[in-house]
Amino acid sequence: MFNRTFFHIGRYFTMLGRVFSKPEKWGVYRKEFFHEIDSLGITSLPIIAIISLFMGAVITIQAAFGFTSPWVPLYAVGFTTRDSVILEFSPTIISLILAGKVGSNIASEIGTMRISEQIDALEIMGVNSRAFLILPKIAACVLINPFLILISMFLGIAGGWLLGTLAGVVTTYQFVYGIQYEFNSFNITYALIKTVVFAFIIASVSAYHGYYTEGGALEVGRSSTKAVVYCSILILVFNFLLTQLLLS
Amino acid sequence: MIELKHINKSFNGRHVTQDFSCVFDRGKTNLIIGESGSGKTVLLKCIVGLTQVDSGEVLYDGQDFLRLNPRDKQNLRKQIGMLFQGGALFDSKTVEENITFPLAMFTDMSHEEQKDRAQFCLERVNLAQAGDLYPSELSGGMKKRVAIARAIAPNPRYLFCDEPNSGLDPKTSILIDKLIKDITEEFQMTTIVITHDMNSVMEIGEKVVFICKNQKWWEGSNQTILDTDNKELEDFIYVSKFLKELKNKKMKA
Repeated sequence: MFNRTFFHIGRYFTMLGRVFSKPEKWGVYRKEFFHEIDSLGITSLPIIAIISLFMGAVITIQAAFGFTSPWVPLYAVGFTTRDSVILEFSPTIISLILAGKVGSNIASEIGTMRISEQIDALEIMGVNSRAFLILPKIAACVLINPFLILISMFLGIAGGWLLGTLAGVVTTYQFVYGIQYEFNSFNITYALIKTVVFAFIIASVSAYHGYYTEGGALEVGRSSTKAVVYCSILILVFNFLLTQLLLS
Repeated sequence: MIELKHINKSFNGRHVTQDFSCVFDRGKTNLIIGESGSGKTVLLKCIVGLTQVDSGEVLYDGQDFLRLNPRDKQNLRKQIGMLFQGGALFDSKTVEENITFPLAMFTDMSHEEQKDRAQFCLERVNLAQAGDLYPSELSGGMKKRVAIARAIAPNPRYLFCDEPNSGLDPKTSILIDKLIKDITEEFQMTTIVITHDMNSVMEIGEKVVFICKNQKWWEGSNQTILDTDNKELEDFIYVSKFLKELKNKKMKA
């Protein structure tokens, strides 16, 4: 058990060593990078937008429902929505959702390339297959995910305001006052630091599981599942560690 | 020329290739034949460095491939073209992008020059109109021909083909075989083909190596293989009752 764990950790870091070696040709890598921005980032926008809007609305309604005491001002609803969305919902929950969507995509794509000998074909050509396949994905995720999370934050809060006011649980004035109340800009920095770390985990861990797939279609499915499971666990562990480091 | 000296490879103590030595000449189609599971593909993967050998030497025109440093190994690999069993075309790229990929990666050719070269290679394999198609839109035979076009695009000195005829009808198989032979002669490459198709052996086998029981069992050419008195090779060639009767008739005549 421990031997296998250390084996995988060692192989993961060896893989990263090869991933971050000098590319054969920057131009080809740049093309791949923009392709990944589109395939891993832009295509995730609709699902992130829908989830963020509704989750923001649910947080607002739940907060309003919970604050029954007359001593708690109604602007606390906006305040709670803002902090929940910025501190936890957008960076962590959206990253977990991206681990499912993007992680399984990366693992199954690279896994399929492995079992159909496309990775062998790259190696035979003299291409550093780890760098060519994985580096653009890591770079794209690390660059685009913070923007996705910023959009998620905006839509989450906007969803809370829109549906909260439509449902009549809070007024626009109270909500806007609440989201401005004692705003600490470091919370955004903290969320973005978490996002970058999570993005790296999603891309690299999923790529690792895909790259070392052995067998056939069944194993590609297993690699994909493993990638999502390990990414989710690591995101939760690093969420705790980073929160402890940055906020305590 | 590729020279193999005493190649040994085993997996979990089970020998897959034992003391294999052979010389494959430039400008000739060299065939390695043998039953399924006899270790042909493992041997090919050992030659190109996809599988690590336990012991032995693989010499590419005198250069010991296994003892080269990673950079030199990578440089040597740029001179290798390989046709995989399933084609191994990149699904996300068009046929033309598949062919121009090694050129874009390793040459200073302009975009136009790359396109011209891709078109030349596609014409060479009789697929001039297929440049804009994706691999999923191609038939098995077309995929193999595109894979050949991709393999020859960077003008390799060495060409390896792993069962180029698997899954193809006899007519398409002969076409692929002839293509491999013509290209080998035209570009003066050292070509090694793994197969268990006797049609290929008779069509293009200028040099034939038979692997049996994980070692080299017989060496000759398509001119001499039918006259062999090697029991295992006879069993491999004349596997059906029909062929056995044909052989007996020939002997009597």
